[in-house]
Amino acid sequence: MDEGDILVRVRGLVTEIGGRVLHDGIDLELKRGEVLGVVGGSGAGKSVLLRTIVGLMRPAAGTIEVFGQQMSRLSEGERRKLEGRWGVLFQDGALFSSLTVAENIDVPLKEQFGLPHHLLVEIAQLKLSLVGLAAETAALYPAELSGGMRKRAGLARALALDPALLFLDEPTAGLDPISAGDFDQLIRDLKTSLGLTVFMVTHDLDSLLAICDRVAVLIDKRLKIGTMAELMRDPHPWLQAYFHGPRGRAALADKTGAG
Amino acid sequence: MADSGVFIEPVDTGGRNKLFVARGRWVVQSAMPLDKSLSDLGKLAGGGVRLDLGQIEAMDTVGAFLLLRAAQTLDASVDNVPARFATLLEHVEKAVTKEPAHPRLRHRHFDVVGWLAHVGQVAFRVSANAIELLDFFGLVVATSLRVLIHPSRFRPVALLTQIQRNGWMALPIVGLLAFLIGVVIAYQGADQLKQFGAQILTVNLLGVGILRELGVLITAIIVAGRSGSAFTAEIGAMRVNEEVDALETLGLDPIEVLVIPRVFGLIIALPLLTFFANVMAIVGGGAMCWVALDIAPPAFLEQLKSSFYVLTFWLGVIKAPFFAFVIAMVGCHAGLHVQRSAESVGHFTTASVVRSIFLVIVIDAAFSIIFAQLHI
Repeated sequence: MDEGDILVRVRGLVTEIGGRVLHDGIDLELKRGEVLGVVGGSGAGKSVLLRTIVGLMRPAAGTIEVFGQQMSRLSEGERRKLEGRWGVLFQDGALFSSLTVAENIDVPLKEQFGLPHHLLVEIAQLKLSLVGLAAETAALYPAELSGGMRKRAGLARALALDPALLFLDEPTAGLDPISAGDFDQLIRDLKTSLGLTVFMVTHDLDSLLAICDRVAVLIDKRLKIGTMAELMRDPHPWLQAYFHGPRGRAALADKTGAG
Repeated sequence: MADSGVFIEPVDTGGRNKLFVARGRWVVQSAMPLDKSLSDLGKLAGGGVRLDLGQIEAMDTVGAFLLLRAAQTLDASVDNVPARFATLLEHVEKAVTKEPAHPRLRHRHFDVVGWLAHVGQVAFRVSANAIELLDFFGLVVATSLRVLIHPSRFRPVALLTQIQRNGWMALPIVGLLAFLIGVVIAYQGADQLKQFGAQILTVNLLGVGILRELGVLITAIIVAGRSGSAFTAEIGAMRVNEEVDALETLGLDPIEVLVIPRVFGLIIALPLLTFFANVMAIVGGGAMCWVALDIAPPAFLEQLKSSFYVLTFWLGVIKAPFFAFVIAMVGCHAGLHVQRSAESVGHFTTASVVRSIFLVIVIDAAFSIIFAQLHI
């Protein structure tokens, strides 16, 4: 592969929304095979960071390289090709409401490769099974699914093209703790079996502990990146409150208790 | 990304267990040719097959799935699996064996009986819709009465907003179209009446035609397209977002909050719009008369005054509140029936506009019959 071992490289990123600066000089490197969790307070711009990296929003300054290619220099066609190499799971799945789950998964396959119908049916079944959904789910519409099933179906669509890089926007938000735990497990399994690299925006301390190799914290418009242990020792008041508040302590106790 | 196009190469096809070597990129990009070569392998090999995977360059879930499927159907044995694909194969195999893939398929082919059944279903649905609409009519009337009895429940700001959006903001388009309709009627009427030397009667045609029928009808149709669709889309999007459900859980009546302001707003706005449209159409007709027939404005007004009674004007405008009620009611009713999908919003918006224009014309015909019976 030509892109080396850094799949995403962000340099000096500045983003503004309506004149308000959200990120002021962010540097970030995402290594092949790692899971990076991005945390931060509500409104700190975690989702905006994700949307900027995948090209849904334009940065005010700075460069973004994905798979070793600088996003702003790509032509429309090159960009489309690049988009086929990553998958994005939006907060509520963002499934197309007028298509069945199977048709949702087939959308990128049809668009990119024009595969015949029988293969589409089989591949959709395979993806559903990989994310732990029953075969019957294929014929259901998104409105007929529960929140957790919608997220799994959204993940199946994000995995349709077998991307090397996966962007997840709050994958466990709105799920009950058991489903959230299952979802963490699923992402960890998929990461090892498919060799995924994952960029995950989350609020969930349990997810951070369970699957993230490194954690990036958005504070004061900048990123602090490190392992959990490093960040927990950081004296910054927000980090102290985050990791050593009642919820943080509970999650940590859980983790050490479970071994 | 270049694919050689060869995925399976025969090595030793002599013995009982024929040996093949798999090569190339077994990924989703090449799913189609890969699927074909594997089914060709089935035809070619017939009996026992051994597949050597040692030379595969890349593999993803789709490649793994096709390999496992072929191995199963051909009863082939797989050798020399590279270590880097082992976990992937294991994972996909688990997923495949867990779910025997027999999806519930949706039938889409055409047959006569199915088509007849569909026609029957549509007919039943139409009558069911009519009954539902009547039901909704009763609900709206009952809620309106309740609001009139308890004026504190009335929402003046919402009402004014609706009047502004559906009346005030519709003025330019309604005025322009009415003006053009006036021009067209005057021109066509003058052309025909010229044959009898009765060009001056163009003014009478304009007065009666616009005031009694066309002014209000054109306005109602524009408003049905403009505001009826907006009602459905607004309320429909709220349904998709579960906002209507949220209203109910907050102890608010969606009919009272969403439907009543729209219905009454339109009942107030449409007669006013109709008046404006009448004026603009007559101005348009008058301009045409001046240009094409040399009837100057003072003479035009003189002739207009002598050609109709005030009653003619009221016979047109009296229909406007009824049209308004139907348009608003149909629009809101369709909006409240939207299911939770984007497609459904579009479907019901179309249905809302079609139904309200249909009902406007039916009601107009009914008024014509009533007026004829009353000899006015």
